[in-house]
Amino acid sequence: MSDAPPALVRLKGVRKAFANGTLALDGLDLAIGQHEFLSILGPSGCGKSTALRLISGLIQPNGGAINWPGGNLTNAVGEIGFVFQEPTLMPWASVSDNVRLPLKLKAVLRAEADRRVAEALAMVGLSGFDRAFPRELSGGMKMRVSIARALVTRPRLLLMDEPFAALDEITRLKLNNDLLELWRTQNWTVVFVTHSVFESVYLSQRVAVMAARPGRIVREIAVDAPYPRDEMFRTSEPYNRVCRDASAALHEAMAA
Amino acid sequence: MIAQRIARVIAPLIVGVLALGAWEAVVRLNGIPVYILPAPSVVAVTLITDRAVLFPSLLVTLQITCMALAAAVTGGVLLAVLFAQSSWIERSFYPYAVILQVTPIVAISPLILIYVENPYLALLICAWIVAFFPILSNTTLGLSSADHNLVDLFRLYGATRWQALCYLRLPGSMPYFLGGLRIAGGLSLIGAVVAEFAAGTAGAGSGLAYRILESGYRLNIPRMFAALVLISLTGIAIYLVLSLVQHLILRRWHESAIKREG
Repeated sequence: MSDAPPALVRLKGVRKAFANGTLALDGLDLAIGQHEFLSILGPSGCGKSTALRLISGLIQPNGGAINWPGGNLTNAVGEIGFVFQEPTLMPWASVSDNVRLPLKLKAVLRAEADRRVAEALAMVGLSGFDRAFPRELSGGMKMRVSIARALVTRPRLLLMDEPFAALDEITRLKLNNDLLELWRTQNWTVVFVTHSVFESVYLSQRVAVMAARPGRIVREIAVDAPYPRDEMFRTSEPYNRVCRDASAALHEAMAA
Repeated sequence: MIAQRIARVIAPLIVGVLALGAWEAVVRLNGIPVYILPAPSVVAVTLITDRAVLFPSLLVTLQITCMALAAAVTGGVLLAVLFAQSSWIERSFYPYAVILQVTPIVAISPLILIYVENPYLALLICAWIVAFFPILSNTTLGLSSADHNLVDLFRLYGATRWQALCYLRLPGSMPYFLGGLRIAGGLSLIGAVVAEFAAGTAGAGSGLAYRILESGYRLNIPRMFAALVLISLTGIAIYLVLSLVQHLILRRWHESAIKREG
């Protein structure tokens, strides 16, 4: 890692135990580089979401350290965007009011907020839906709103917790491509939690495989294929090889 | 579709008309005197002839009911917001709210009438006690039912407690609050009427319940029925108005207000 670019955030020996005695994470080591697209791949209940919540600063570790070499992003509001597994929209608010929420909480001026909401909605391909209510949208569109809300503060780090797990295959593939396109054009770092081997390999530059009880990283697999990646990549030999590798690592992790 | 809608309105109307018709027929065929059971037609005539007495009373009852409901909404929501601030506050005060609710108002009202000199205020307090609990309990439940992920999201974006209350907890508790409001509307009318009964003819009240008592002493049975009809109509009107309010507020987003095909 000596010649790698400086990390955005580095987790060292992180340990997290919950009040009920569950040891969710122990000895978790992970470095996330600037502008990297990293996937955390693991079975259900291995503590992937806990790791993400630790990075976001929503919860604090019981042991180990989380270092931010270039400055702690959790100290400044809006530097981190979070996308949950469910769209987590406010059902009583229109699409634009949902996307506007982070700016409203920061008391950004109305005109500036309007502009940035429109920009975020355009980025996820939802221009023209600003006055719709969440329940009028399909599952994929709701997730796009959720992503727009995470983008509206122009975060440097985007944390995504199995965001497409509840969507159908076609919608998921489309959103995967759109997410990659956004990542390439914007200046973010993305940490993408998933339990899908294929999704993690397709999207990311590096896959960190987690094992459960206690949660820890057991292997890191680099995906060297260049971007842009498309449907050709999905059927290519390198893709299949990395998928086999990641799949084997996941099985090992589940047996461990 | 439209035929179905009309049928839905007409079916209960037919039942009502048949029942009233049967009542009228029984009274006429058996020659029952009005001081035992007045026919519906007599009650209807009394409503018109006694309007100078009944309608001012209706206004008094309506006024107490509305003010009690307004006080119940204010008190219930404020208490619920207070309870939402700390589980200790909730734990300390909630039992007393329950005690106030489970003690029958007829048992408390004589005491209130003794200690509160202004009879109008005493009636208001009685009606408030009956009406505020459903609003308190429903709003408390609503405030604590906010989506946990949304709560996290608010924290992530550095929301203050006040912002979380205004933008997340209060709007989210709206369906719960409105459910409580619909119950409280009926209860505030019941509270107003019961308190007036407890105050009896000794009180300076002149609401509909007072008219019923007074007419009872004078054996003016048709007027008793007429006053009763007005109380029922008031209750129905309150229910319909509050249902409309609920529909208007929730129609864009809540499952309860959305019509489904099929």
